Amino acid sequence: MKSLKNHISLIVALFTVLFAVQIYVAVDRTIDAYETRLKNDYSIIVVANKALTVDEFKAMDSIIDRSEPIATDQVLQRLKGEMAPKNLELLKLTLPKFYRIYLSRFPTPEEIAKLQKRLEKNSSIQRVEGYAQTHDTVYKLMLLFKDVVQIFSIAIAAVTSLLILKEMRLWQFQHAERMSIMALFGAPVWLRSAVLFRLAIVDAIIATILVCIAFFIFEENGWMDMLLRTVGITIDLFDFLHDGIRSLIIALSVSIILTLTIVIGNDEEE
Amino acid sequence: MDKVIIAENLSLSYKEFETIISKASFSIDAGSFVFITGASGSGKSTLLKSLYGAIEPRGGQLVVGGVKMNKISTSKLNFLRRHIGIVFQDYKLIKEWTIEKNVMLPLIISGYTKEVSDPQIQKLLSHVKLTHQAGKYPPELSGGEQQRVAMARALAHNPILILADEPTGNLDEYSSEVIWNLLEGANTQLKTTIVVVTHRVPSSISVPYKHFHIEMGNIHEIA
Repeated sequence: MKSLKNHISLIVALFTVLFAVQIYVAVDRTIDAYETRLKNDYSIIVVANKALTVDEFKAMDSIIDRSEPIATDQVLQRLKGEMAPKNLELLKLTLPKFYRIYLSRFPTPEEIAKLQKRLEKNSSIQRVEGYAQTHDTVYKLMLLFKDVVQIFSIAIAAVTSLLILKEMRLWQFQHAERMSIMALFGAPVWLRSAVLFRLAIVDAIIATILVCIAFFIFEENGWMDMLLRTVGITIDLFDFLHDGIRSLIIALSVSIILTLTIVIGNDEEE
Repeated sequence: MDKVIIAENLSLSYKEFETIISKASFSIDAGSFVFITGASGSGKSTLLKSLYGAIEPRGGQLVVGGVKMNKISTSKLNFLRRHIGIVFQDYKLIKEWTIEKNVMLPLIISGYTKEVSDPQIQKLLSHVKLTHQAGKYPPELSGGEQQRVAMARALAHNPILILADEPTGNLDEYSSEVIWNLLEGANTQLKTTIVVVTHRVPSSISVPYKHFHIEMGNIHEIA
């Protein structure tokens, strides 16, 4: 029962660390997905006095990914009844070319301003509309969200560090007697601490399995997925291969560092 | 006769200017039975601690089992301790381990497998009359029984030397008698050197023994 208690307290501490890390990863993944969505939706309107190719646009700034000409036919069609065909023909010839410019990544407000200036420098371009204000609001909101998540993660990391530190002291106290008795009979350090390492490894594996189960339940439950879909995001909350392996590595590292601290502490006491 | 312990001008202290044992010189022959007596706080337990390397000599020289104890390395100390059996007043048994595993400890440390060490453990448990308690844990046993387990553990690896610190200090008369008989048996039958730290030499002891007394930091032999 006592041994089970020892296990549970370390497992809970490790589970908290892993859960916090995975939440941070999931949030980061969500923000990335949202960034991609924003990037796909976001475009700049360029008005040019002559036809421009994608390569010509790309030569102006490397952030430009592709360009789409905006068809003017619909506008002209609407004016058909109101204007004389001759005037309409003239308008068709003098009407500037409209382009929608898509970018390779989601830009910062500074990048947008720079891009706008660079495009406006080109003699073929008459006007650039970056919708900076709308873009700015969305981007600032996203940065705020990122900051909040970061602060939240640091707070969780601090609390769990305290939990682990407390656990470390408990372990040191619980195992010091056995280790010192073994030392009296000439047991080398590795043999004295073998049980601790075994415990730490088993607990790390159990904590990883529990985190996998928790996120599996999240995924299966679907409410989180549904919530994300409402803002147009589809992501994997938990990638069982990559996230599972990363969680196991973190759990093993934390528990082995914990054990090493106890072993070194015990050795110094002697 | 070979000397198991040689001390020359040995000084022991925990703090620099608080000498507990001062410039003591003595030797202990292999296969002998030795009592070290003294009043409380006289330094007898400190002397015993120096014999198993728990404290280092502050001055002079100390050799145990052919190993110099001055500035001894961890690996050398571990090697020496694998050839020594220690019995404490508070037994120092591992509470989470069964009696059988506690007795097996020195053999586990020496790298023996359970198959190899099992007959020796059964023999020892039978010798200390605890075969029926083999699967129990130390807190389930009486003080006397626990000290018998500690005795069996001290004998498990056929040590050259057994160091006992007040082995009967916490025991009743009957249990004390059993422990003295076990120590005498190890000395006469296995020729193991026994060094016992105690308040007074028990009257029931039947083997020839040497008696050192510690007073005011000095050690002298009592004829």
